[in-house]
Amino acid sequence: MANLLQIDFGDSSAVVGIDLGTTNSLVAWMDLTGPAILEGPNHERIVHSVVAYTEAGEFVAGEPARETLLTQPERAVYSVKRLMGQRAEDIQGELKLFPFHLAADQDAVLRLQLGEKTVTPPEISAEVLKRLKANAEYATGKTVRQAVITVPAYFNDAQRQATRDAGRIAGLDVLRLVNEPTAASLAYGLDKRKEGVIAVYDLGGGTFDISILRLHNGIFEVLATNGDTHLGGDDIDNLLLAIALEDLASEWGEDVSARHQIVQRLRRAVIRAKEELSFAPAVSIEFAHEGRSYTRALTREQFDQLIADFVEKTLAPCRQCLKDAGLDASEIDEVVMVGGSTRIPLVRLAVERLFRAKPHTELNPDEVVALGAAVQAGILTGSVEDKLLLDVTPLSLGIEVMGGVVAKLIHRNTTIPASASETFTTAVDGQQNVLIHVVQGERELVKDCRSLARFDLRNIDPMPAGLAKVEVRFLIDANGILNVTARDVRTGKEQSVEVKPSYGLTDAQVEAMIEESFEKAEADLHERQVREARVEADSILLALEKAKSNAAWDTLGEEDRERIERKHNELLTVYHSDNYELIRAKIDELNDSTMALAENMMNTAVNTALKGTKI
Amino acid sequence: MHQTNSRNGHASSDAVFPPEIRAQAESATPDFYAFFGYPETLDIDLDDLQEAFYARSRQLHPDRFARASAEDRDLSLRASSLLNDAYRTLRDPLKRAEYVLARHGFDVGQQRSSNVPPELLEEVFELNMALEELRSGDEDARGALEDARTNFVAMRAEIDEGLVGAFARWDVARRNRPGEDTAVSRAMLAEIRGSLNRRRYIQNLLRDVEAALAGQTA
Repeated sequence: MANLLQIDFGDSSAVVGIDLGTTNSLVAWMDLTGPAILEGPNHERIVHSVVAYTEAGEFVAGEPARETLLTQPERAVYSVKRLMGQRAEDIQGELKLFPFHLAADQDAVLRLQLGEKTVTPPEISAEVLKRLKANAEYATGKTVRQAVITVPAYFNDAQRQATRDAGRIAGLDVLRLVNEPTAASLAYGLDKRKEGVIAVYDLGGGTFDISILRLHNGIFEVLATNGDTHLGGDDIDNLLLAIALEDLASEWGEDVSARHQIVQRLRRAVIRAKEELSFAPAVSIEFAHEGRSYTRALTREQFDQLIADFVEKTLAPCRQCLKDAGLDASEIDEVVMVGGSTRIPLVRLAVERLFRAKPHTELNPDEVVALGAAVQAGILTGSVEDKLLLDVTPLSLGIEVMGGVVAKLIHRNTTIPASASETFTTAVDGQQNVLIHVVQGERELVKDCRSLARFDLRNIDPMPAGLAKVEVRFLIDANGILNVTARDVRTGKEQSVEVKPSYGLTDAQVEAMIEESFEKAEADLHERQVREARVEADSILLALEKAKSNAAWDTLGEEDRERIERKHNELLTVYHSDNYELIRAKIDELNDSTMALAENMMNTAVNTALKGTKI
Repeated sequence: MHQTNSRNGHASSDAVFPPEIRAQAESATPDFYAFFGYPETLDIDLDDLQEAFYARSRQLHPDRFARASAEDRDLSLRASSLLNDAYRTLRDPLKRAEYVLARHGFDVGQQRSSNVPPELLEEVFELNMALEELRSGDEDARGALEDARTNFVAMRAEIDEGLVGAFARWDVARRNRPGEDTAVSRAMLAEIRGSLNRRRYIQNLLRDVEAALAGQTA
């Protein structure tokens, strides 16, 4: 039963945790000491969430794309997380503030124009994920095919689906979408106190979340969550940028707001000033262009005044969250700060005042979410056994009933997985289809909620009106994503459901994107499979080498030893070939030949352990 | 790919899903009480329920089955959503009572509260007057509304106290005649339904009063 690869000399594939942020993205995994950030070449810890399409027809992500943003802004895009799961009409407000170049052709999914390339937000995010995946493979020497990806707790179904699509396009099996504040609480290890109620205040580049959790012997039970998926440090940057642009207009007598290159460089200058202000009482914004220069002093007092409304905007969700959790601010034992924007002193002060507790800031607020995602990956693979997250759905789920009114089926802050059933019938004799409109949101009217999808129940047996009964089951899974199944109550048989998502890509579209991304990289793919096979070969060769110095090797019969040596040589012979299938076949053969050896080793280990107790 | 092993809690389905949990998870009409192994009572020890919920979460949550077979993953999803649904219903005395009422064939539609309970007719009439006055800017009505709020909160507390007694009486009646719906126990449920409807009605009134009071001060 046992074989050499099952004895843990190190797995050849790694499951990673990814923080796919608005501004920055990181990847982490569980090493022997706990969660750790994985660095790419040149000690790259952070991948900037910026993607560009080069003139050579390639996507780049991270630092090179950030450079493109300065030189050829029409070929690059940042803060694309704001566009996940959105349609063109939803983001008109954002267009005034962000240089998103919408493509001419739009449908249920938003399309951007990068140079001559038309792409969707999930495809852009996939490029960031690919870069993180490559960094993780570089750092661990293992192949990475499975990942946990974090999303803002307040992300709706469409935004979650878009994130999962991005993972698939990047060639990742997304084992779980986990909410960012919850992930952060895992990383903090606050469960060591065993019992207590904590609040996680997570203010990132583009999103804001507040979550309140109860800790109980390693169980992290989310009591309530709230937030705003379009509120973050970006908004502060835009406030500062608007001031700088106004200054330039009056000082230089020129409105440069349409000149993307200048704007992007100016944006960098104001971001630097903003960041410095968290540590200095006063800074100056400095900018020069074609011999002209601009300087503006900015004190923290002025800055605080400027962002007062912004900070206040995060407090309303906090109060609602407390109310939903049925708690008073004084009942919160600890507060955890997450996200780069929580470095701002005014933000810390406001949070401290609201919760009357000094917030935790020990862990790097940029890294804590990725670290938590790695812990969650450990939970899923079984390497972390004592922790469990019980999360909630952030928004109520309902269906449209007569008069455009919403009937709520699953309320916000319900622990997931959660389900609800509803029985539908026909209104007309012989009716064979029933259309169900599912929405997400807290308002009473359909028009004020977010349309999720229309489900068409088809092929209902024709009967007089009201006799057919179809029970529809709505299930929100542990990723916070809706699944719908239907059953004919009379016959008990499954009823077919056709899904028309209101937002986002259809399954077929995602498949096509995966295919395209692989087709382009077909040569890549072969190369990659060879490389992966060799990585796997390395791990079994290493395991064998170690095994040979084990006492068990000597107890092995002559015949077994010869067989292993033969298979060992066969693997070495094909190792440098380009035939990955052959390499894999030889790995399997060698692995099979080591069965007796592996069993001996386990016995030896047990004996040694027993002996050890006697000393 | 390596085989999952039981050390990681990724055991085969037989060991992880006890037969009674599997049966409930696969049922089209699951029984929340049977799922927790509880007798059907209206009074439940909430500490015990919470411990049972945490223990079962550790056992059934999809996180424990991320690398299990598709069949086990599906069963885990069904079982843990049932666990959450059952816990949410049973831990809230009002939802629990409605659940029991429905199981015994009582109609517990949410919309029934539009009929004014006769004993509240006068209160409601005065309340509507006061609400109207406040809306038209008459701040004198504020006092009347605050009185009404105090009054409704007291009524709600009285109903809640009554329900605790009614729950206990029904539990005793059922314990004495296990599994049997007697005329007496049904009459008790009918009384409980009446109290729940009245409570819901008062709750809605309170919400209106509080919205009116908050709306004017904001």
